[in-house]
Amino acid sequence: MLIRRPPDIPSRDITEERLYRSRREFIRDAAGVAAAGLAVSSVLAACARRAEGQGTLSAGPNDPATPYNDVTTYNNFYEFGTDKADPARNAGGLRVRPWTVAIEGEVAKPGHYDVDELIRLFPPQERVYRMRCVEAWSMVIPWLGFPLGDLLRRVEPRSAARFVEFTTLYDPQQMPGQRRNILDWPYVEGLRLDEAMHPLTILSVGLYGKMLLPQNGAPIRLVVPWKYGFKGVKSIVKIRLVREQPVNTWQVAASNEYGFYANVNPEVDHPRWSQARERRIGEFRKRPTLMFNGYGDQVAQLYTGMDLRRNF
Amino acid sequence: MANVGMLLSRPPKPVVFALCAVPATLIGLDALHGRLGADPIRAMQLRTGWWALGFLLITLAVTPVRRFTGWNGIARYRRMLGLFAFTYAALHFLNYLVLDQFFAWHFILEDVAKRRWITVGFTSFVLLIPLAVTSTNGWVRRLGKRWVKLHRLAYVAAAGGVLHFLWLVKKDVREPVIFGVVLVALLALRLGRRPRSPRAVPAAGPRAETSHQIAGARP
Repeated sequence: MLIRRPPDIPSRDITEERLYRSRREFIRDAAGVAAAGLAVSSVLAACARRAEGQGTLSAGPNDPATPYNDVTTYNNFYEFGTDKADPARNAGGLRVRPWTVAIEGEVAKPGHYDVDELIRLFPPQERVYRMRCVEAWSMVIPWLGFPLGDLLRRVEPRSAARFVEFTTLYDPQQMPGQRRNILDWPYVEGLRLDEAMHPLTILSVGLYGKMLLPQNGAPIRLVVPWKYGFKGVKSIVKIRLVREQPVNTWQVAASNEYGFYANVNPEVDHPRWSQARERRIGEFRKRPTLMFNGYGDQVAQLYTGMDLRRNF
Repeated sequence: MANVGMLLSRPPKPVVFALCAVPATLIGLDALHGRLGADPIRAMQLRTGWWALGFLLITLAVTPVRRFTGWNGIARYRRMLGLFAFTYAALHFLNYLVLDQFFAWHFILEDVAKRRWITVGFTSFVLLIPLAVTSTNGWVRRLGKRWVKLHRLAYVAAAGGVLHFLWLVKKDVREPVIFGVVLVALLALRLGRRPRSPRAVPAAGPRAETSHQIAGARP
């Protein structure tokens, strides 16, 4: 008699075939465009360096990259739980392929883009950025991604478009954290159009030369290195160009603590803690937090004449 | 069999001591083996704080448990439990002072003065110091009735600890709320069963209500 027994390993713990395949596709695609793009070849070079075990990634002389293990196990991604270790534990079941990003609103060419199509259209480059969490800790992460501005230019924003609104997937089946009303789901973030077009602002699809893991916001997420980490909305399904300033999720949750701009600013404290210093993950002593997270030379002019204390 | 029953109702103090030291041992082992995650200092901060509040509530539960279960043997562990609460609170504070801040007095003073959740947490810790100091037999004898009054500060410290926890969390308030509910229940039991109080109301209903109101009031 045949007795059906469930497999010993729950299926959610087995790497999904699509994910497994998509990694290969990613590598193949990256290799395909390498010949054409210097940026991509530098990505591959970086991958090779790591493969040889001599990773020298850094965001500056004093900013070596945070170990891969820390980057992928210490995450704020409330869709998968509020503990820092929850996302790595609970996000494995997220189906990251097929994945479509809708681009709509005030654009001449709205549409739906498959994430693999985006990767083909905009070959990922490596960007080693500091990441400063609003909770006063920080990392240095070698992202793979492409400038959001490249995508926006392609869809041709209309003159009425002044802001960009991003939305995370809403699917309590896959995202167990969404079954509780911790935040006002789905997670929404926003940027001013000029911030979105800034060359430092990227949509990331990978880190450390690999595809993004679900806990880091797979398959596609925003990275804005001069802003607090919560601006980096993860697992994006919708990008909308709008006339009015979007109301971001953390602002809804606590408007006295989290604003729209959320620029890293050591002089404007969080109501409950100082933002003057931060603990770089892996370091013992706290280090001083830099204005605009050290990217002031490139971005300060975006905020000329603005009261950064009021627009926190 | 009688011996087993005896052992269960009055386990030797070293056994209870060892049990109380388990969380600290686990934290230490995790730290030694690098199992505290990417931010070990923060992990130790959270875990020592959690157990400080936990042991404070366990200590406050000794008397109600004794009353409701008739397990009188439990009373002899109250001092030890209270001192463990103080020890975890002290580890929590020292972790903040040394590992987290590394004696950055300027920032520490700013925290204590400006940030209400640290103000209330720090105050609670300070309140526990005289309780730990006067926990010896000598002090119990010397203070007499005043000792009981003084040690009611444990409730204030616990309430402060709950607020400290509640104001710390960004959004997920489940745990601090659970701690708070337990504390309110313990306080209600305490105030609801004051046997020789001259103003005690005979009926159970209104008495319970009153105690809830008192317990619900924020310090």
